[in-house]
Amino acid sequence: MVEPITVNTHAGATLLRFRDDVVHDEPAVTLDAFLGQTNATAVRLEAGDDARELLPHLGQIALVEISFPTFRDGRGYSAARILREAGFQGELRAAGDVLVDQIPPMRRCGFDSFAPEKPVDAATLTKLLALYPQPYQKAADARVPVWKLRHG
Amino acid sequence: MYAYDEYDQSIVDARVEEFRDQVERRLSGAMTEDQFKPLRLMNGLYLQLHAYMLRVAVPYGTLDSRQMRMLGHIARKYDRGYGHFTTRQNIQYNWIKLADAPDILAELATVQMHAIQTSGNCIRNISSDQFAGAAADEVADPRPWAELLRQWSTFHPEFTYLPRKFKIAVIAADEDRAAMRLHDIGIQLLKRDGVLGAKIFVGGGMGRTPMIAHEVKDFITADHLMSYLEACLRVYNRYGRRDNIYKARIKILLHEIGVDAYRDQVEAEFAAIRDLGLDPPLAELARITAMFGGPDFDRNAPDIVDRSDPDFAVWLDQNVAAHKQPGHAIVTISLKPIGGIPGDASADQIDLMADLAERYGHDELRVTHAQNIVLPHIRKADLYAIWTALRDAGLAEANLDLISDIIACPGLDYCSLANARSIPLAQKIGERFAGRQRELGELKLKISGCINACGHHHAGHIGILGVDKKGTENYQLLLGGSGAEDVSLGKITGPGFDEDGVVDAIERVTDRYVELREADERFLDTYRRVGMQPFKEAIYG
Repeated sequence: MVEPITVNTHAGATLLRFRDDVVHDEPAVTLDAFLGQTNATAVRLEAGDDARELLPHLGQIALVEISFPTFRDGRGYSAARILREAGFQGELRAAGDVLVDQIPPMRRCGFDSFAPEKPVDAATLTKLLALYPQPYQKAADARVPVWKLRHG
Repeated sequence: MYAYDEYDQSIVDARVEEFRDQVERRLSGAMTEDQFKPLRLMNGLYLQLHAYMLRVAVPYGTLDSRQMRMLGHIARKYDRGYGHFTTRQNIQYNWIKLADAPDILAELATVQMHAIQTSGNCIRNISSDQFAGAAADEVADPRPWAELLRQWSTFHPEFTYLPRKFKIAVIAADEDRAAMRLHDIGIQLLKRDGVLGAKIFVGGGMGRTPMIAHEVKDFITADHLMSYLEACLRVYNRYGRRDNIYKARIKILLHEIGVDAYRDQVEAEFAAIRDLGLDPPLAELARITAMFGGPDFDRNAPDIVDRSDPDFAVWLDQNVAAHKQPGHAIVTISLKPIGGIPGDASADQIDLMADLAERYGHDELRVTHAQNIVLPHIRKADLYAIWTALRDAGLAEANLDLISDIIACPGLDYCSLANARSIPLAQKIGERFAGRQRELGELKLKISGCINACGHHHAGHIGILGVDKKGTENYQLLLGGSGAEDVSLGKITGPGFDEDGVVDAIERVTDRYVELREADERFLDTYRRVGMQPFKEAIYG
């Protein structure tokens, strides 16, 4: 999906979603809590949590929410890629101090859902998402890197 | 040289548009300065003491005459008629207006240039050997690999909010002209069983905690270089310290967990990603390499030079290096005139260097990490004409690698982080030693105006660090550093000095060196043989 769908959750948060399935509205549990029980389907990773610990359980998880305590903390970009590279198909949500200029690179790392603390300007986001015709690198999204376009 | 295709051009053009929009949002108040700061920094725009400073990328230090003239044009139109070449082989302009910055980027884009990632906590401009493609001792031209890295690192989605800035250098010779092992990642190309590959060093750097990079991978071939580097960066992005800006570089991570643990983590990460198809095909490296095929050299170029003009002969011996092609030479143009500002060039001087490159030098120029300019492919028969033109423009200082060929940061004259001035001190040292610098031989002197070490003082044969001592500028002296293949970190001599005092102390050090040296030993060799003590005695009595 190129344009996000805006959704309001039961908890009152506003989500920007780049997927059209039903919002998974079960509250996310912490990584510790998730690893200590077997029936949770939504997990929240703090910036310092090791996303690899979720890999054995990806089949039962519908939502992973990754926290961005400040927009300068880039650990969540790697966590997202690790989950997508391992085949995670569920909703991957960036939550916290997420700025509009960060959403395009986050999309490339595999995030398809955003819960920014402060609302982002929809027109700016639309413009930013369409700005770069193609990326230089292969990442966790479906975009085709320049080297692939050059060499097929 | 590398030439953009439609893809490269469209990415740089999009960046201009994106930055123009970001500046408009900042000026309208839609973004706070705190939110704007990392965005402008990723485009090389700093707020300094007096104005904005814009740093323009010169990827691996390579330019053609059209690009060089554009740098002169920007100096003339948007700055005060000069630019400052930096230790990252870039150029920076110190008097820029925020509202002009998008127009400057648009002008740069017309000559395939940009300011992408010249600051910020991301992968910075890839640096390389200024003699690449001309040096007799290289196994290959390192620049195709550097260009591959430039593309890979440009707007890398995962590594744009790293714990701290990240610097990579690529060399392909045993002689290290790029301070490779003082980089976050240093890459040395070498051949094994006829195959070109890379040795990877990680965790070097200067700053307040200088460290020499450790060898982490002894050989990786081009087909997996990017995925290996992704693994190196991912381990850093996840585990590098974010609690303290002064401990956030990758060198601290390696220091804290140890090189073996770091290597194990990288190998585990590499195993997970190496088969995901992240690496461009070898055809991409071949495409880029074909553009660096080298100029069509004059095979009949005479190999002799008329040395009858003694001033020319001095410059020839000091600033001209051997070229791999007979009848040719590598010229280094010193931007360190005695009494001048290290690394500065006026718009007219920039134009002149562009003209010389176009007329005599196969249209190529290089910026060196020591803040000089190189004409890499010059026929020996043209050296005298070039020297004459340089002399008339005040660019013929014959001091390459001598004590007045000083690396200096902008210091307290420009920089809001500095504790002390660097430029006036460099000028005083140049003036003090101008008459006897040739007698002292190779002596690399480097000055930083604060512990961030932008002036590479740790790597100076003689290093100077400016500090603030109870509100006055004070200078500490270091001896024994090197950024070359014999890499080492300098040691502090003892208590610091005021500005004149440190110049006197350097003179006592060099006097003692002249007494102690054996045969044609360099200062650094004498220091390594005799140690600090004789110099301490000379300085402090």
